[in-house]
Amino acid sequence: MMNKINDRSRNLGDYSVGADDAMIICRCEEITKGDIRQAVHAGMFTLTEIRRYLRTGMGLCQGQTCGRLIKGIVARELGVSPLDLEPAVSRAPMRPIEMKVLGNER
Amino acid sequence: MKRYDVIVVGAGPAGLSAAIEAAKRGLRVIVFDENARPGGQLFKQIHKFFGSKEHKAKIRGFKIGEDLLKEAQTAGVEVVLNAVVLGLYLDKEVVVSHGDEVTHYKGDAIIVATGASENMITFDGWTLPGVIGAGAAQTMMNLHSIRPGKKVLMLGTGNVGLVVSYQLLQAGCEVVALVDAAAKIGGYGVHAAKLARCGVPFYLSHTIIKAHGQDCVTGVTIGEVDSKWQVIPGSEKDFEVDTICLAVGLSPMSQLLKMAGCEMEENPAKGGYVPIGNSYGETSIPGIFVAGDVSGIEEASSAMIEGRIAGVAAAARLGFIDKAELTEKTWELEQALLALRAGMFSPENKGREVIHTEEGYDVSQSLLTRGYLTNDEVLTYPGVTAAQGIHAVIECSQNIPCNPCQDACPKKCITIGEKITSLPVVNSDAQCSGCGLCVAACSGQSIFLVKEDEEVGTAMVTIPYEFYPLPEKGCQGMALDRSGKEICAAEIIEIKNVPAFDKTSLLTMKVPFNMAMKARFFKQVQEV
Repeated sequence: MMNKINDRSRNLGDYSVGADDAMIICRCEEITKGDIRQAVHAGMFTLTEIRRYLRTGMGLCQGQTCGRLIKGIVARELGVSPLDLEPAVSRAPMRPIEMKVLGNER
Repeated sequence: MKRYDVIVVGAGPAGLSAAIEAAKRGLRVIVFDENARPGGQLFKQIHKFFGSKEHKAKIRGFKIGEDLLKEAQTAGVEVVLNAVVLGLYLDKEVVVSHGDEVTHYKGDAIIVATGASENMITFDGWTLPGVIGAGAAQTMMNLHSIRPGKKVLMLGTGNVGLVVSYQLLQAGCEVVALVDAAAKIGGYGVHAAKLARCGVPFYLSHTIIKAHGQDCVTGVTIGEVDSKWQVIPGSEKDFEVDTICLAVGLSPMSQLLKMAGCEMEENPAKGGYVPIGNSYGETSIPGIFVAGDVSGIEEASSAMIEGRIAGVAAAARLGFIDKAELTEKTWELEQALLALRAGMFSPENKGREVIHTEEGYDVSQSLLTRGYLTNDEVLTYPGVTAAQGIHAVIECSQNIPCNPCQDACPKKCITIGEKITSLPVVNSDAQCSGCGLCVAACSGQSIFLVKEDEEVGTAMVTIPYEFYPLPEKGCQGMALDRSGKEICAAEIIEIKNVPAFDKTSLLTMKVPFNMAMKARFFKQVQEV
């Protein structure tokens, strides 16, 4: 299944503008549904790639709000079930933190 | 690096329960929570819990939280608040940000009880101020005493949507409608009935099309959806609201476990991405446990039991107790958990249409779609009997795990039996004293006392009432039926509020004789 998702030679068809493409999905980084859909057509097939490409889920809430929504949009664009998409990598810091605190390690 | 036997992440119902069981067995336990207050969601829960005695039934959630905290203190659990766990690394190293520094801890066992986050859905205008999660509304009302808005529309009719809508009414908000894309109300019928009798309408098979407003929400348009979830043209309805509440499910906050390298799975029945665990909540990494919503979305009652199981299992993992004690203690807890997971809302019934109760009674379709039992339907259930003199009328029609009414009655008028999901049966031979303890004990507020006097042509109906200000004795008003419709004039003849009722007041209203089985709520007419 992962192979099918990662197969970059797959033809997703042409990107066509959707009526709700202007809708904000990632509120923290102000990324729209259209941005996400276009990123998939540009070859970003995994949630980690989408995150690195667009910064979705990298703001204050760390994807708590949009993670599930983005998964749905990407899955639909790829024509797969959201269940087959692996969530983006989890890594520290789990929550936003000030640099001065992060640097003050005991 | 500071060392502990057990490090618990999250001081909610699951985390505290886990910490208590581990500490009671001699383990050195520390609990981290990112919030300023412990208790997780418990301190927002002002309603009485379902279940049986061992599940803390009929006790209000915040009280359960207070008791858990005390128990944790007595057991010697160290609870650190405002402590954000930044990462969970190899060999059970936990990195915590607290104050202005980052500290490394190491536990021999880790129990992750981070809970869940609220799901959102998108529609035109969903980012406008005034669109909030139901949990956020609850935080505003019950922790900070702030009314979220004046006129609210709730999306989602699961128990969260139903319970929070009722709390919004209690806080003095007008709830204009409950909306759900599903064709049936998702939560307990008794929760829906509390709203319906206050006059709140349900719109099933409906969704939000658009939130209106420039700088904040000023209105909302909903529309009916067809079987393919597409809005049916012409079905749009507009409401003037300043708040839209979303209660569209929760997702486990399992990122720490993924980071630690636990085997994970996408499990829709559990609400999302969860670690694969055994019956003790132990993940694929020995010594890392999970409990509560992070391991699969359920109620706080089950989270507390899962927490206790994980705490006991952690003690066994570290050699503080032997296999026999582990088996014995967890067997007992697992039985309690099984009882909570039974009935028509059980995990295996999720998405299935239940047509008959376990006893063979028809499940009310009106309750599932409009939020109330019809006058004819209500008579068919075993809690509803006709009797001379005062008697309890129990409008409980779904198999849910709950039995406080049975223990509440000192006269043994009410029987549920061994199986706690069974519908309560009112024994019409037993002599009801009219004490009202069952009315106040019913977490679903579905028990009423009725006394009919045919000769005089009147009836006394006693209802549970959890609104302030209370009407005064002699107060004239209108009686509402189960659908919230005004049906007749009513006069308050008694208001009872004793400590045993735990803040549920019992209003007795006088209505015409033929309204005895219809009048189920009281509306004050004069402005107070």
